[in-house]
Amino acid sequence: MTTSAARPADGLRAGDVPASPPPSAGSKKLGGVAGWVDDRTGAAGGVGYLMKKVFPDHWSFMLGEIAMYSMIVCLLSGVFLTFWFVPSAGEVVYHGSYAPLQGVTMSDAYASTVHISFDIRGGLIIRQIHHWAALMFIVAVSAHMFRVFFTGAFRKPREINWVIGCILSMLAIVEGFAGYSLPDDLLSGTGLRAAEGFMQSAPIIGSYLAYFVFDGPFPGEAIIPRLYSVHVLLIPAILIGLFTAHIVLVALQKHTQFPGPGRTNDNVVGYPVMPVYAAKAGGFFFIVFGAIALMAALVQINPIWAYGPYDPSPVTAGSQPDWYMGFADGALRITPNWFEFDILGFTLSLNIALGALLLIPVMYGVAMAYPFVERWITGDTREHHLLDRPRNAPTRTALGMWALTTYGVFMFAAGNDIIAIKFGMSINDITHFFQFGLFILPLIAFWATRRICLSLQRHDREKVLHGRESGTIIRTAQGGYFERHSGLDPYEQWTLVQHEPVAPIELEPAVDENGVARPAARKDRLRARLSHFYFRDVVNPVTPSELAAAHHDGQQHEAIEAQALSHSIEADPESASGSMHVEEGSEPEPTGGHGH
Amino acid sequence: MSDHDTPGGEVARTDGEFGATAVRLDEGHVIGDGGLPDRFENPGLEPHQQRMSDQSEAGAKRAEKQVAALFSLSIIGTIVFVVAYFALDAHAYVFIPGIGDMDYSNAVLGTALAFSLLGIGLGAVHWAKTLMPDEEIVEMRHPMRSSDAARQGVVDTMLDGAEGSQINRRPLIKYTLGGALGLFAIPLGLQLVGGLGPLPKNGLSLTYWNGPIGPDGKPHFKPLRLMRDPENTAIKVSDVTVGSVFHVQPEGLLDMDSGVLEAKAKASVLLMRLPPDTITSRKEIAWGHDGIVAYSKICTHVGCPVGLYEQNTHHLLCPCHQSTFDVTDDCRVIFGPAKRPLPQLKIAVDDEGYLIATQPFREAVGPSFWERGSA
Repeated sequence: MTTSAARPADGLRAGDVPASPPPSAGSKKLGGVAGWVDDRTGAAGGVGYLMKKVFPDHWSFMLGEIAMYSMIVCLLSGVFLTFWFVPSAGEVVYHGSYAPLQGVTMSDAYASTVHISFDIRGGLIIRQIHHWAALMFIVAVSAHMFRVFFTGAFRKPREINWVIGCILSMLAIVEGFAGYSLPDDLLSGTGLRAAEGFMQSAPIIGSYLAYFVFDGPFPGEAIIPRLYSVHVLLIPAILIGLFTAHIVLVALQKHTQFPGPGRTNDNVVGYPVMPVYAAKAGGFFFIVFGAIALMAALVQINPIWAYGPYDPSPVTAGSQPDWYMGFADGALRITPNWFEFDILGFTLSLNIALGALLLIPVMYGVAMAYPFVERWITGDTREHHLLDRPRNAPTRTALGMWALTTYGVFMFAAGNDIIAIKFGMSINDITHFFQFGLFILPLIAFWATRRICLSLQRHDREKVLHGRESGTIIRTAQGGYFERHSGLDPYEQWTLVQHEPVAPIELEPAVDENGVARPAARKDRLRARLSHFYFRDVVNPVTPSELAAAHHDGQQHEAIEAQALSHSIEADPESASGSMHVEEGSEPEPTGGHGH
Repeated sequence: MSDHDTPGGEVARTDGEFGATAVRLDEGHVIGDGGLPDRFENPGLEPHQQRMSDQSEAGAKRAEKQVAALFSLSIIGTIVFVVAYFALDAHAYVFIPGIGDMDYSNAVLGTALAFSLLGIGLGAVHWAKTLMPDEEIVEMRHPMRSSDAARQGVVDTMLDGAEGSQINRRPLIKYTLGGALGLFAIPLGLQLVGGLGPLPKNGLSLTYWNGPIGPDGKPHFKPLRLMRDPENTAIKVSDVTVGSVFHVQPEGLLDMDSGVLEAKAKASVLLMRLPPDTITSRKEIAWGHDGIVAYSKICTHVGCPVGLYEQNTHHLLCPCHQSTFDVTDDCRVIFGPAKRPLPQLKIAVDDEGYLIATQPFREAVGPSFWERGSA
């Protein structure tokens, strides 16, 4: 360590005049190499800018990082696997070290996967890392999507990145399906068998589609090498391309941040890449990789040797896809069979096509459209770099929970057989429950989420207006009692009052001041209705006047009071006004916070 | 304003006489006219809190040691991995409480690798959190949009370029270029799609039971014995006791050199024997033999093998999506997403007492497809 290096206790020497020693040998050397590169690329300016770039800190911002790192782990471990995996459906007889399969005829793909698992030293750990990392990737992508959605991070200017993210998420599940189908074991082959059935269900072109994809009748020998090409080349190339665009846009637009003291829509508050994020994010890659390695070490995943090679006639009970395909499988399980129709001698199998072919594009289509729909409803065309606290956008949060619950019903429906066995219930009842639940549960979730958000908003207001209960009971001269409430500090208070007041878009009156009819376009009426739906009941932040009125230590509240009173009397004379804190029988005393 | 519009009414409700604290929780944003600002001011960054390692050199030293310990843990993990890679028996199993029996070398190698990685990661993060500067930095944002001049510049460049190329004045070029660009992908697409696979023709409607395809392109049926799968032995009536179930392939299928899986994917059959009086379908009785019935094993939903036979209820259950078929009633669907019954294979007994199929399936087996009814 040289004398010029930063020392942890620098704070103790804050007043010292810094000495500027001559450049050390190390920095000269670094400068030499960097100089060589810069002479040829002129990169110093850009790199310097990037190294100083500030990123805000929040645990939820790590979800996207987990996704990124587990994707890198997938790529890395996947390259390892390609050295041993043989993507061929050609038949071989197994002669490896796994005794139960000795002499069994199987495909090259299956034999080489068993070979990786038992005869390549450390091969199993790489295989399990690959599979766990894939699951982790999709979990993290999904959680990252939820974070972005519920905080409104998709708003202008980030709509493009939201759409890219949706495509990434959709590609990820296709990539995952292609990957776990490659070993050609009984379980994954059954999945491919079902996939072929899905293709057959496409109206008119179904049998052609299936024959083209499988190069003839199922299973054929083409599907394994084709899936391999899709899995290791086509989709990864698109994934990496879109992922790069995703990251570049994040850097270009700068990261969003949660509201708080000092944070505004025009700044970004956090730590610079060098050294803090270089260490934190770089270290986090190793943590994610390490956690995946630990899972791969201790928790077995996809033991393909136990399933046996694929054969179209046997099957195992409890056949399940990986979790991220569960929702589509669940949709198939709960679609009633009367969705298959006979039209002039032709068969239209909507009982299959709806869940297997339409669900995924429709789901992602709705997700991708959401930012644009919300923007139209709210009429908000400004840039947003401050995130919404989910409670401050109750309808959006509720819509998100509606969608998640729908997804959840589909996903749990894919486990109807497992639930039936584990809980000793009737599979018929469970399936019927999900069929009705698909329509009812999301509505309940919507309603409950909205109410919870509104309650939280009111709680925020209450906290700002009346402070925190101090536990100190004050007795007044008149003999009344009240509890002293201590006010919030301005930093804490700011987080609770920073959001913007909102109101639904109002239609212009149907008749203008001259009595001439002004027909609102149908579109405007729809928009006003949706806007009302979106903003209805939203609780707006406390204003300084309201706080002053609540404190009762000035005359300013009188005007407010009169206003609020007239408001509420109009609505409901019973609930004219009042406070939650004044106990019956006490004097109308101040509720604390005199410090303000 | 209706009650519905002010759902906060219920929380604000209290005795009318205490109307003095008139700020409602659900209302919000009464701006007032008391000379106060309309909104609160952003108070700016909170004062910086010093960490232990900022306050004393001892705290900093402690943090340094912790970071070094974590990095050392990583080195140890790496060494353990290398040693274990060479030293461990690859095929030993070990019992780990809570997890069960597992591959010994996998557990050791993976755990060592995990420590090797986690040590670096946790060390770096701990270093950043304890010793690196933790004062927040404010960076300003700028609107994403370019200046009006820059935008106009791009528009001008493009328009000038278009003008220079004369594309708007030469419609012949414009439209032929449009046509060429619109069409050039066709050869590539055609090559790809055209080469992917054969046309299905009647491939989805025929099974091995239909017999070999002759030179006239039509299958030539001859009765085939029902063979046990995988033993590949013929089945005598007396072998099939009531309540038993056999996995069956057509005679000859399992002897093929190639195409076995493709043939099995359509021709697999389940053979069951029910007490004859439990069967309610007359066609089922007629196509069976003394309570012995044969049905396609391929689910009519998406083609999984219908693998689960419940002897008591005579139900067949597909484990993929839980379609349930009633074997006593011509394998009608009684539950689940499948629409059509499993196709029945008409069987009889040959001169030597073995079960044979006297005709192929009368309809396409397996999942539905658009033209299945017309084949």
